[in-house]
Amino acid sequence: MQFFSGSAPPGRGAGGPGNNAHMHMLYIFNRAGVCLLYREWNRPLRTLDPQQDHKLMFGLLFSLRSFTAKIDPTTAEKGNLGVPLLPGQGCSFYSFKTNTYQLNFMETPSGIKLILLTHSRTGDQKESLKYIYNLYVEYVVKNPLYVPGTPIQCDLFTKNLDQYVRTLI
Amino acid sequence: MAAIYSLFIINKSGGLIYYKDYGSAGRMDTNDSLRLASLWHSMHAISQQLSPTTGCNGIDLLRADTFDLHCFQSLTGTKFFVICEPSAPYMELLLKVIYELYTDYVLKNPFYEMEMPIRCELFDLNLSQVVQKDRVALLAR
Repeated sequence: MQFFSGSAPPGRGAGGPGNNAHMHMLYIFNRAGVCLLYREWNRPLRTLDPQQDHKLMFGLLFSLRSFTAKIDPTTAEKGNLGVPLLPGQGCSFYSFKTNTYQLNFMETPSGIKLILLTHSRTGDQKESLKYIYNLYVEYVVKNPLYVPGTPIQCDLFTKNLDQYVRTLI
Repeated sequence: MAAIYSLFIINKSGGLIYYKDYGSAGRMDTNDSLRLASLWHSMHAISQQLSPTTGCNGIDLLRADTFDLHCFQSLTGTKFFVICEPSAPYMELLLKVIYELYTDYVLKNPFYEMEMPIRCELFDLNLSQVVQKDRVALLAR
């Protein structure tokens, strides 16, 4: 069943009942920039309408990937800035932190980008993102009624996702 | 083994005013460093817009596979950022020290024009001393 290693990474204790103070939002984008899923658990501030917000997020990630590939101090041969990068090409960032939130990023070889915004002081979320990708594969990709490239509307997926995120607090 | 790979200082409009390379593998020409600096300036601003809560001050730390980027923004909007090895310790402290050097040797220099590229010998001198000291301390650990 699992592409990546084993069982779900341990949650940080039982946590309060449904108290998602640590997990803010989750975005899933495909290669073309279509927002397949946007899930929000705790977002007191919304500056833009949803469409603009998704575009801004995708644009930020696209630019950040070009930026990190170009500024990478360990490789000598880098492409030009602004050239679209293939998934896995060039050095990629996996997380950034601000004083109010932390953004965790994972890109799969097929171009699916998972973005998880958490509380500023959360630890490394690579395992959580891998697990969420696993859920995506099981409940969305293997769903015969799902059309790739369209927004996800699978109840089982969102239910399991919410359940899993609740254990991460 | 370098403590930091490079240092960038950006003015409040996003223009690069200082760039020093301490050992990156590839050579980066002036145009590229200028582009990267303004790109960082914009992304720093966009990250504030995407914050789920109020009071965001932009990206402090960016972690990538082969390097980390620590950024410090002063109250006036001048940004100092360093590219260093993953999980290098005491980078925030180093940035604060560099900020102090900037205020002492650049801002207090009567011939320095605000927002212009930094061309102050004393700043370069003291900066290399600080970075060298950092490097020695790192090797000694």
